[in-house]
Parts: sequence; structure tokens; C-alpha cells
Amino acid sequence: MKGFGKYAIWVYSAMAFVFLLIPIVYTIIFSFNDARRTNIIWRGFTFDNWLNVCDAQTVCQAFGNSVLIGVVATLLATTLGTMIAIALVRYRFRFRNTTTLLIFLPMTTPEVVLGAGLAAQFLQAGVPKGLGTIILAHTLFCLSFVVVTVRARVASLDPALEEAGRDLYGNPRQVFWRITFPMLLPGIVAAALLSFALSFDDFIITNFNRGAEVTFPSFVYTAAARGIPAEANVIASAVFFLAIILVLASQFSAAARRRKLAKQG
Amino acid sequence: MAFTAFSSSTAVVEPVARRKSPIALFLLLPGIFYLILFFVTPLISLVITSLQEPDPLIFGQFQNAFNWQNYVVVLETYWQQAIRSAGYAALATLFALLIGFPLAYFIGITLRPYPLLQALALVLVIAPFFISFLLRTLAWKQIFSTEGPVSGILSSLGVLGPGEAITGTAFSVIFGLTYNFIPFMTLPIYATLERFDLRLIEAGNDLYGSPATTFRTVTLPLSAAGVMSGTLLTFIPAAGDYINASREFLGSADTTMIGNVIETNFLVLQNFPAAAALSLVLMAFILILVSLYVKRSGTEELL
Repeated sequence: MKGFGKYAIWVYSAMAFVFLLIPIVYTIIFSFNDARRTNIIWRGFTFDNWLNVCDAQTVCQAFGNSVLIGVVATLLATTLGTMIAIALVRYRFRFRNTTTLLIFLPMTTPEVVLGAGLAAQFLQAGVPKGLGTIILAHTLFCLSFVVVTVRARVASLDPALEEAGRDLYGNPRQVFWRITFPMLLPGIVAAALLSFALSFDDFIITNFNRGAEVTFPSFVYTAAARGIPAEANVIASAVFFLAIILVLASQFSAAARRRKLAKQG
Repeated sequence: MAFTAFSSSTAVVEPVARRKSPIALFLLLPGIFYLILFFVTPLISLVITSLQEPDPLIFGQFQNAFNWQNYVVVLETYWQQAIRSAGYAALATLFALLIGFPLAYFIGITLRPYPLLQALALVLVIAPFFISFLLRTLAWKQIFSTEGPVSGILSSLGVLGPGEAITGTAFSVIFGLTYNFIPFMTLPIYATLERFDLRLIEAGNDLYGSPATTFRTVTLPLSAAGVMSGTLLTFIPAAGDYINASREFLGSADTTMIGNVIETNFLVLQNFPAAAALSLVLMAFILILVSLYVKRSGTEELL
């Protein structure tokens, strides 16, 4: 019984991993499809889609918009969120619970509600929808995730290091930029990557606030009725490979570090 | 703690004594101001919009009023979609748990002696995040389509009658929701199991508990926090989702969820009051669930 259980979880998990990977592999394979107009039926292998991604101009433009929105929203959200995270861990202030709730609630609010709420506000204020409103919306939903990610890093920081800096006559600014900030950097980078990923793949909130602008997901949504060009698969696959390489590198270096520490200890 | 699952931090040092300082205000104000301007006031905008009435002079325009009957009207019109959303989301959450829990157990406990395999397995769980949400859902649509491999097998087995399709059914929508939100279920459970002390299982065995009894009385209660946050993280986006249920993806007119109704009313019909009222009904429903969760875990534990 015990032995059986041991194998069962390996088999079950292997099946779950295959299940998780099926649509990813499908999307990547179809980026090499020699599709003419719609990319539904396999017509043969080609590199054309990869070599001439921008032949489908609208796809490339949409991709450019998504990158621009992602970068600006990430910069804004990471700056604001890191400041809040430091304050939450290090300082005592009134309305602490209210602040925590205010950061927590956007993460638990369904995207349709966030999207419709922002759109209703822009409508009432007479703000025309466009890249600006998309960026404002994306910054909002990335902000809370940045706070959560960076907060964990601030909390694990050893305050003795900053004390040492002060003992060596470092002024507060020097202590922050030479000690605190470099120590927080891995957390900040992780938060920025998460923000960018959330922003890049967001469809629902974007759709409510984009006006006539087209982002990569909104392009896919509109094209879904007529058939997605294979170039869209190329862009999605390229982004996937890039992200996987980044994550694998960070995961393996962390695992290797843990193993080294375990050996020394 | 629920949401830190994504940040993969392991050690949390005991917090330093918190100081009082004007710097705190400087750090907090810009972000808090942003959240008030783009989270709180939009919710107020929704409340105002949901109470508007049609302008008697200009067709298609609305004016501020206290027309609370909007809520009665939308609930009467869309109660089926509302109940369907809750049902689909609940089923998808259940299936995600059935797949996500063993997976989290496997990664957090079975793979613990092999750190590299563990790291690889975690990457596989979050891999779906890195390929476009819409494209991976479309991939399932094409796999399930009448020309696809699954339909062929099911028809030849006689499960699928002639003219019947897999896409556009409740099954395909729930399937899509389950698939898309499995990582949200797996990661928080993994986060609690990762810190689980294996000696507790040994102790259970030493006390003549069968593996099943040990699992039920020790492992399961100790992972309850992860299961709760995973459930919340899966149920909320699933209940508000309108991609999977959309006609161009895995749904049809018979699978419309509340998200689809809000989208159509807002962006297509431009019936803003109805869309706003429905959004607030959804928000209220979610807030009830969240407040139960907050009551259990307390505000300090939220982030």
C-alpha cells in the first residue's frame, strides 16, 4: 500500500504536468505552421512566421503597445509599491489596518469590476480612453503585487547591517543607497518582472479602458473570431521562452545556493 | 501570507521594532493617494453610475438619480447568469483543488530531497503564466474543436453524437477555468507544505497512525491555510472571468457568465447603469467571501 502510494503521486503529478503543458506546446508548434489565413489546421512546417513576424503589421504594433504600457506601468508600480513596502515593515503609523486592507482589496477584486469601475470614472470625468488610461489601470493592479513581493524582502533584511552603516558615520541617504537598496534589489527586480508579466498578459481591465488602442491580448481577442495569424503565436512563444529562461536561471541559482549552504552548514 | 506564494521568499526574520517617523508619510502618501484615486473613487463612480436613470431628452445618455430599481431589474434579468457564474467557479475551484493539492504535496514534500527537481517542477507549474492567457485558451478550443483529435476519439467511441460538439458547453467552460487557475491553487498550498515539518509525519507513524490517518489528522489540517487562500485565489478570478465562457473561446450563448453580461452591457449596449449594478453585485458577493477569510486570518496576515 505504502509503495503504491509513493508511485501513485509521481504518476499523478507527471500527468498534471503534461496537462499543464499541452496548450503551451500546441501554441509553440503552431507558430511554425505554414498557415495562410487562419492558423487552425496544420499545413506544414515553416520558419517564415518567425523570420517575418512584422509582416502581420497589426500584431507587431499591438506587441509594441503592450511593451510600452508594461514598461511604464511597471516603473510606476514598482516605485510606489516599494515605498509602501518599506513603510509597512519599518514604520509605525496610524490607520495601519486600513492601509493593509486598501492594498489587499485590489488583489481580491474581480478584474471586470476593476475595469468597469475605472471606465465609469474616466467616463464621468470626461477623460478620453487611450494608452494613458491603460497605463493608469495597469499601474493600479500591479501596485499591490509589488507591495507583497518587496515587503517579504524588507522583512527578511537584517537591520544590523544598516546599524553598522550608521556606526561608520554613514548619513541616512548613504545608508539607504549603499546598504538598504542593494539588499532590496532582488526583491524589487522580482516585483518588476511580476508587474511586467501581469501587465503584458492583461486583457479584461485593458478591454474596458483601451478605447481604440490595441494591445497584444486585445488583438488576439478581436482576431479570435476571424482566426489568429501565426505571427501572434510567434510573439507569444518568444515571450514564453524569454520568461522561462529568466525564471529557470533564477530558480537554479537559488537552488544551487541553498545546496551549497546546506553542505557548509 | 496567502499572496506571498508568488514571491518565493523563504526566511522571514522577526520584524524590527517599528519606528515612528515623518519618513513613513513620505513613503506611504504617493501610493495610498494612487490607490484612493484609482481604486476607491472608481468604486464610488460605480455606485453613482449604478443608480443613474436614462436621460429623458437625449437617447442613450444617463443622468444622476437614485434609481435603485436598476438593481432589481438586473437581478431579475440576469439571475441565471449570476448563479451559473457561482456554480462554474465553484466547480472549477473544486477540480483545481483535486489537481493542485496532490501537485503541491508532490513538489513541497515528495520532491524535498531533490532541490533541483523541485525548482524545475515549480517552473512547470507557473509556465502557463508565461504564454498568453488568450492563446492558451484558444489552444484548448482548437484541441476540442470538431476537427480536433479529442472530438474524433469521442465520436468513434459513441460518447459524442453526430452534430454534437465539446466546445460551447458547460463542460468546456469549466474545463478552461480549471486549467487557467490551477497555478493559483497550487502555489499557496505549496507555500504552506514547503515549510511543513516532516517529523510530524514520522511522529504520526510512530503512534501507529496509518498513512491515511496521519494525512487526515496531521498534514491536511496544517495545510488548511494554503487551501483557503488557494480557494479564494481561484474562485475570485474564475467567478469574474469572461474569456473562457465567451463565444469565441470555449463557451456559447448557453454558458454566458456574469462577466460576459457586464462586458456586453458596458462596452456593446452602453447600458452603463446595468453594468455598474451587476459589477457591484459581484463585488458584494466576493467581499462577503473575503471578509470571512479576513476574519479568520486577521489584517496583519493578509499580505
